[in-house]
Amino acid sequence: MQWETVIGLEVHLQLATRSKIFSGSATTFGAEPNTQASAVDLAMPGMLPVLNALAVRYAVMFGLGIGADIGRRSVFDRKNYFYPDLPKGYQISQFEAPIVGRGSFEIQLEDGTTRAIGITRAHLEEDAGKSLHEDFHGQTGIDLNRAGTPLLEIVSEPDLRSAAEAVAYLKALHSLVTYLGISDGNMAEGSMRCDINISLRPPGSDTLGTRAEIKNVNSFRFVEKAIRHEFERQAEILEDGGKIVQETRLYDADLDETRPMRSKEVANDYRYFPEPDLLPVVIDEAYIESVRADLPELPTEKRHRFVEQYGLGHYDANVLADSRELAAYFEAVVAACGDAKIAANWVQVELLGQLNRGELSLNDCPVSAPALGGLIKRILDNSISGKIAKQVFEAMWQGAGSADEIIAARGLQQVSDTGELEGMVDAVIAANANQVAQYLAADEDRRKKLVGFFVGQVMKLSKGQANPQMVNDLLAKKLV
Amino acid sequence: MHDKSVAQLIAGLRAKQFTSVELSRCFLDRIAALDPGYNSFITVDETAVLAAAAAADERIAAGEAATLTGIPIAHKDIFCTNGIRTSCGSRMLDNFVPPYDATLIDKFNREGAVILGKTNMDEFAMGSSSESSYYGPVRNPWDSSLVPGGSSGGSAAAVAALLAPAATGTDTGGSIRQPAAFCGITGIKPTYGRVSRLGMVAFASSLDQAGPMAHSAEDCALLLNSMAGYDPLDSTSSELPAEDYTARLGDSLQGLRIGLPKEYFGEGLQAGTARRIEQALKEFEAQGATLVEVSLPHSHLTIPTYYVIAPAEASTNLSRFDGVRYGHRCSDPIDLHDLYTRTREEGFGAEVKRRILIGTYALSAGYYDAYYKKAQQVRRLIKQDFTACFEQVDVIAGPTTPGPAFALGAKSDDPVAMYLEDIYTLAVNLAGLPGMSIPAGFVDGKPVGLQLIGRHFGESQLLNVAHRYQLATDWHLQRPAGAIGGAA
Repeated sequence: MQWETVIGLEVHLQLATRSKIFSGSATTFGAEPNTQASAVDLAMPGMLPVLNALAVRYAVMFGLGIGADIGRRSVFDRKNYFYPDLPKGYQISQFEAPIVGRGSFEIQLEDGTTRAIGITRAHLEEDAGKSLHEDFHGQTGIDLNRAGTPLLEIVSEPDLRSAAEAVAYLKALHSLVTYLGISDGNMAEGSMRCDINISLRPPGSDTLGTRAEIKNVNSFRFVEKAIRHEFERQAEILEDGGKIVQETRLYDADLDETRPMRSKEVANDYRYFPEPDLLPVVIDEAYIESVRADLPELPTEKRHRFVEQYGLGHYDANVLADSRELAAYFEAVVAACGDAKIAANWVQVELLGQLNRGELSLNDCPVSAPALGGLIKRILDNSISGKIAKQVFEAMWQGAGSADEIIAARGLQQVSDTGELEGMVDAVIAANANQVAQYLAADEDRRKKLVGFFVGQVMKLSKGQANPQMVNDLLAKKLV
Repeated sequence: MHDKSVAQLIAGLRAKQFTSVELSRCFLDRIAALDPGYNSFITVDETAVLAAAAAADERIAAGEAATLTGIPIAHKDIFCTNGIRTSCGSRMLDNFVPPYDATLIDKFNREGAVILGKTNMDEFAMGSSSESSYYGPVRNPWDSSLVPGGSSGGSAAAVAALLAPAATGTDTGGSIRQPAAFCGITGIKPTYGRVSRLGMVAFASSLDQAGPMAHSAEDCALLLNSMAGYDPLDSTSSELPAEDYTARLGDSLQGLRIGLPKEYFGEGLQAGTARRIEQALKEFEAQGATLVEVSLPHSHLTIPTYYVIAPAEASTNLSRFDGVRYGHRCSDPIDLHDLYTRTREEGFGAEVKRRILIGTYALSAGYYDAYYKKAQQVRRLIKQDFTACFEQVDVIAGPTTPGPAFALGAKSDDPVAMYLEDIYTLAVNLAGLPGMSIPAGFVDGKPVGLQLIGRHFGESQLLNVAHRYQLATDWHLQRPAGAIGGAA
């Protein structure tokens, strides 16, 4: 039977503020347990939250980035439940009046098409600490370093229809938030964690099936696997005439399966009410405009500009606009060499190839954008061939110097001297009388193929440095 | 020196009539001798008191004294004091020694005031009789068979018994004003947001407010000068600059319009108390004020509104007491659920549990709209009642409580009767207004309190009205017989 998958995602995004959302403690990842937990984070008696203004600004930046309504008067609420890593016994979150209202943004699918995905809302809240169940001999250790880290919970509409779309959405979201600089987007460190709501329905149906929620999936790959697994589980139940139970499930990456969370782990009445220790956050037009004025160009705009301004294909534009750093690098290469298409090709094939092989990030790249531009310039002015350029690039990667230095030091300059080339062409013609005879006897079509042999011989003689166009021209003149 | 006002003690210290060490020693001795009869203190650290007093004396000698340098002040055991146990009257915090000071304590410390001790109170400030403390009930210095009121009953009793020249309290629904009335002292609950709540153990965050308790309005003004002000670490504190609350104390009351809410003089008000209040009002008239009958039409909704909002906030404020990080923890918990339930079962007393249950219920899915949300709507109406009144009058006056102090145990088994004690004080907290109680005579030897309610941030005017009354009367100078004896 055919099923349509309906997916909505809730992403918990850690905001890249230096201090916590309601206290002055640092948010640095990986510190010794409980060294970044102040009296406020520990919920000591009498301690009060003070809202981090930068977290508000980041949330508004996100809202503007997805064209959403900004809550002019957003309210913090207490979400009450008991858990040892939740020191106050409630999480400060936003329930009825979130800071970011409805918006949408564009995702790119693998086939090159784009789709707009609705965002229901995004709200600010604090992260909980961590319960450490190992190494404590049957007891549980509590690390409150993470408690109070600012989170933006981004809730999508149930607009996604496949695991691939869900992943494309997350990638686009990742790209957006790192562009905005509001999160480091480091999924391995939990900066972007995802809850997946998934249900099935017959294609063409406009009612939603009963959904299951899969909690806390934190890599693109696991999202894809969890959705595929959950699809199969639900399809099997439905096809056997069963009913889906609305429940919260956990994705176990080791076993590649989802299973229901123990009912104890699922609180059902959070008793939300407005947090009396904080005032409502009132945001006026002037504030919004000041944030808007500081927004960088966003991925979607940049993609469109790359297509229009540089004549790139959608695929290339998508790859190059994926991160703000790569896009900036690409544009710097274009600025240095003046040819966007060759620059796009070199950045995607050679540069990203080298980075991937070395498992390096762009920040670690040994070849600067102007240096790569300098290399491409030498291709464009016929100083070297594309093939030689790859050798030069390799040398640049090893730190051998600039393109010009390497070309000069290794004598890789393309031979474009007519006299010198003529000598080589003559030598090749003289040494290959049989091939010359064949060539002269052949018709126009076959000649086109045979001329390659002579070009190849000349290139060999020149150690690859002969200007191929000029060699072609000379051969055409001499082979008569 | 134990019967001097704060203003007189400041003058005495400056004039080198006595030192802060001598003064503190005097109160320490009185506490040791007399407090077993009142139980108004939970913790007194003599060594720390004398060290702070000695430091104050050095400061005075160096000519660097601030207003309150060297003055011993008792603090309700709800304010966190660095290195001194802060119990909030609860077994839950019996072992809790904060590593920080409340902003209010910090401000007094900077002034060089001496922390004389931590006073007894209803557990987590929930009560009107100071009987619900883990450390046993406080007794009223005027008659030890009576309650001192609550929840700041320890502070009120300590001041009334001359065990401290002044004290701090907190008022969520009347917890400064009602014990001030029962013990015959002066207390003011400032406007919500006037005094920082940081480091004050929270009961109901949107209602809690700290204030001074002393013998006179003038002394309260001196203390409030040190307490009031914006605290960037309390988001609900007001950025409005604090005033010199002594500056307007002597202003004339000529032309002052005093509103008398008819709802505060109707059924429920005991006759003796009513007579004392009426007599006090005559004094204001004599000083040129005019009395105007006003109405607070939603008064009858005050108690139900308060007893939804305050327990709702309390129920979640008290969630942090879970035995995980500090405070009481049950022994040998078998699992997490056992840790939570036994810790809280053992750590909290009956009234606290009752309010956690009420509050949890009021916030529960399906009841939220009917209770909490509705209560917030009524709260707005109650606020509007006052706004309307203050278009006609400058201050509002009436009884602080329906009657004088009642006997210990008289209402312990009847929570609703206990809640009715606060019928005239709760609305002030719901509206966030400043309110105070001043001594206005006696009924059968029991003090009666006159309540004054002002506009938002109208503390100066309230203190002025109270001070002018105290210039003309001597109710605030009456002392309980038991307090006059003892070490001097």
